Amino acid sequence: MNRTLRNTQYAILLILILAALLAIPVAAQGTNPPTDDDVNAVAKQLYCPVCENTPLDVCPTQACAQWRDLIRLKLSQGESEAEIKQYFVDNDGASVLKEPPREGLNWLAYIIPPLAILAGAAFLFGAFRRMKKPALAASAQSPEVDASADEYVSRLEAEVKKQR
Amino acid sequence: MLAQFGYGILVVTFVVALYSVTAAVFGYFNKSASLVESARRSMLLTFPLLSVAALSLIILLVQGDFGVQFVYEVTSKSMPTYLKVTAWWGGQAGSLLFWSWLMSAFASLATLRKWDRDREFLPWVIVVANVTLAFFVALNIFFENPFARLYQTFDGNIAAYTFAPANSMPFAPADGRGLNPLLRHPGMVIHPPMLYLGFVAYVVPFAFAIAALVTGRTDDRWIRITRRWSLWAWLFLSFGLVLGGRWAYDVLGWGGYWGWDPVEIAAFMPWLTGTAFLHSVMIQEKRGMLKQWNMILIILTYALVIFGTFLTRSGVLSSVHAFAQSAIGPSFFIFIGFTFVTSVGLLIYRWADLKAEAEMKSMLSREALFLLNNLLFMSVLVVCFWGVIFPLISELATGQKVTVGPPFYERANSPLFAALMLLMGIAPLSAWGHSTVATLGRAIWKPGVFAVGITLLAYATYTHNVIALIGFFLVALVILVTLYEFWRGARARQKTQGESFFAALARLTGRNRRRYGGYFIHISMMLMAVGILGIELFQKETQGTVQAGGTMELHGYTLVYKDIAQWDDFASGVNYTRAVVQVYKGDQLLTELHPRTDYYYESQQNMTIPGVRSTIADDVYVLLVDWEPASAIGATFKVYVNPLVNWLWVGSLLFLMGVIIAAWPEEEREPSAVRAKQNAHQTSAAD
Repeated sequence: MNRTLRNTQYAILLILILAALLAIPVAAQGTNPPTDDDVNAVAKQLYCPVCENTPLDVCPTQACAQWRDLIRLKLSQGESEAEIKQYFVDNDGASVLKEPPREGLNWLAYIIPPLAILAGAAFLFGAFRRMKKPALAASAQSPEVDASADEYVSRLEAEVKKQR
Repeated sequence: MLAQFGYGILVVTFVVALYSVTAAVFGYFNKSASLVESARRSMLLTFPLLSVAALSLIILLVQGDFGVQFVYEVTSKSMPTYLKVTAWWGGQAGSLLFWSWLMSAFASLATLRKWDRDREFLPWVIVVANVTLAFFVALNIFFENPFARLYQTFDGNIAAYTFAPANSMPFAPADGRGLNPLLRHPGMVIHPPMLYLGFVAYVVPFAFAIAALVTGRTDDRWIRITRRWSLWAWLFLSFGLVLGGRWAYDVLGWGGYWGWDPVEIAAFMPWLTGTAFLHSVMIQEKRGMLKQWNMILIILTYALVIFGTFLTRSGVLSSVHAFAQSAIGPSFFIFIGFTFVTSVGLLIYRWADLKAEAEMKSMLSREALFLLNNLLFMSVLVVCFWGVIFPLISELATGQKVTVGPPFYERANSPLFAALMLLMGIAPLSAWGHSTVATLGRAIWKPGVFAVGITLLAYATYTHNVIALIGFFLVALVILVTLYEFWRGARARQKTQGESFFAALARLTGRNRRRYGGYFIHISMMLMAVGILGIELFQKETQGTVQAGGTMELHGYTLVYKDIAQWDDFASGVNYTRAVVQVYKGDQLLTELHPRTDYYYESQQNMTIPGVRSTIADDVYVLLVDWEPASAIGATFKVYVNPLVNWLWVGSLLFLMGVIIAAWPEEEREPSAVRAKQNAHQTSAAD
């Protein structure tokens, strides 16, 4: 029984070694030079550090072409998207990112609009209620008004009847 | 000599504008009709004066008098004459003069109307229009003189001066720098005038609003007078935005039309308040409500018009420090502050007089839904405004520059736009005064069922993308509801008048131009929404380097790079590099495209002109990114497939038609009589 178990263990080990050997060419394929599309996928998430409001993937300047080459180099060295973005932030500042980093004062960028919109919605709701109030107030008073009006109308009708 | 003459005319215009303001104020308080008339005539004089100044500048531009700094900066000998003329608004100083010229034209047009019923508004309309005009002319006179000449001092320095400095000689370069190549596209030739027309046209409704506040005539007369002005202003502004988008698509070479750039947003913000205003004034006209809110909206629109010009002209967007160093930035800041505080002060003073005449009866009434629409427009405004100014706040507070780009705006605004579309589908079916879930449900279920059917069809044949399906459902709902409204109206007319269906449809539209023009606009907006959904959600792109005869594949298309050629056009100072690319679908040759790169020697600037195959289904958009002159390696192309993008342009043409229908003059009815009649029937049928 023990012998069978040991054989099974050897078989698994052999399979694992074979799998590892087979995986080498696949891993080698993964180190193929990055394509233009790979580079652009990263560059698209960054702004040109020099030109205003121009995404790095479409910026036509020579400087940007060199930055794209740098991205290509870093991708070929196995750096991740996040690492490459961080490299650009460290070198050129947070303005290369398409949004302010979620830290410190920058949180205001994300918090203020929803707060303002909620405040606007609350104000609108309040305005609706206020705009309805005159009607409610009027309807609350209406029984008296209506009663007197009814009394007046009935007296008037009685007068008209008498005249007839 | 002509430059000095032009500058002199600017100074005279400034003095005339100030006189006009003074005469109007004194005329009003002293009840002197002759002084007010004098102010009016002075105002009318500003247009011919500024036309002469503008003509002087155009002559200098066309003649190529490079001794004038502005001419040197925006023209060159090789530019065609029409571009030399349009270079007028191709630089800061000239564009400010262009602003003033348009402003004086609009203000003059406004003062030429019949004033019999509204005589008390006249002096204050003159004051507002001429204060604005005087400010812009002053910018030209004191900071950005388009007529400033270049002088060389004896120490060798060359600089521009309005008046010759001591010990200096006039300096005239042999040729100019030439207009920025990006601004030579027909779209960019028309785009700024359209935007500026929109901007200055909004000054007129604002002027009437202020006149109403000052005089205390707080009924809806000012709104009725300026209704068409607001629509035309909105049309110009909208068309300016669309043209800007088309220009970006054709010239900027990134396969898109809108990048949430602060300059774009600067023009978009007054459009948002202007659109809210267009809807909101209807509530005041129909129900005598939201008078205070309409004042706030028009004050905001005016402030944003000036703010937009400030953002693009002061350098504040590149850096707060550039703003501080800019000559006109602080002046703009003070002017915005002055006009805003004065307007708000007047509004507070008249707040009690602007109370609503009727109450809100139902949360589903037309006016309630319009108010909700206003909230959504204001929410988009908040997102845009905050997105534009946050980088400035961050730089001021922490010294750190940050960018607020497309992901921020798209994430925040997409649900707001979707909600606006939903409202566009529901509001036309609701009644003024009172609506219930039951009445709305009865009206909407038929178009709603069809819209669901169309969405299912889209699911089965086009996409499983949930956001796209929601978008398509909303588009279908709005279009079907609007067509249903046309159909209901025409059928009713057909029955009562015995007309044919199409005659009934034409007369129905002709007799309710604003309403049915508005419906046209809704449909056109939805077509534009299809284009936006297409390009935003389904755009495909690839980039690669191929040798001659090599191919690239994208989204079912095969592109074959055939050839490349390069040549100089010495007359225009441009070097062209043009590739020939064939586009196949399967084995079928669809077309041959010629993406090219134009290199302008004067400005040492490249322009990437795409080769585009356009159909209603999609655009194949090819850019020549790079190439090897020796053709050893080949050429690099960036290819986009932009599904449905042409719906955006088709929709914008229909939009133009809708606004023309809505703004076409019709007989004016007495407001009080109309409203009295409407108030009597307000709780009954839908309008």
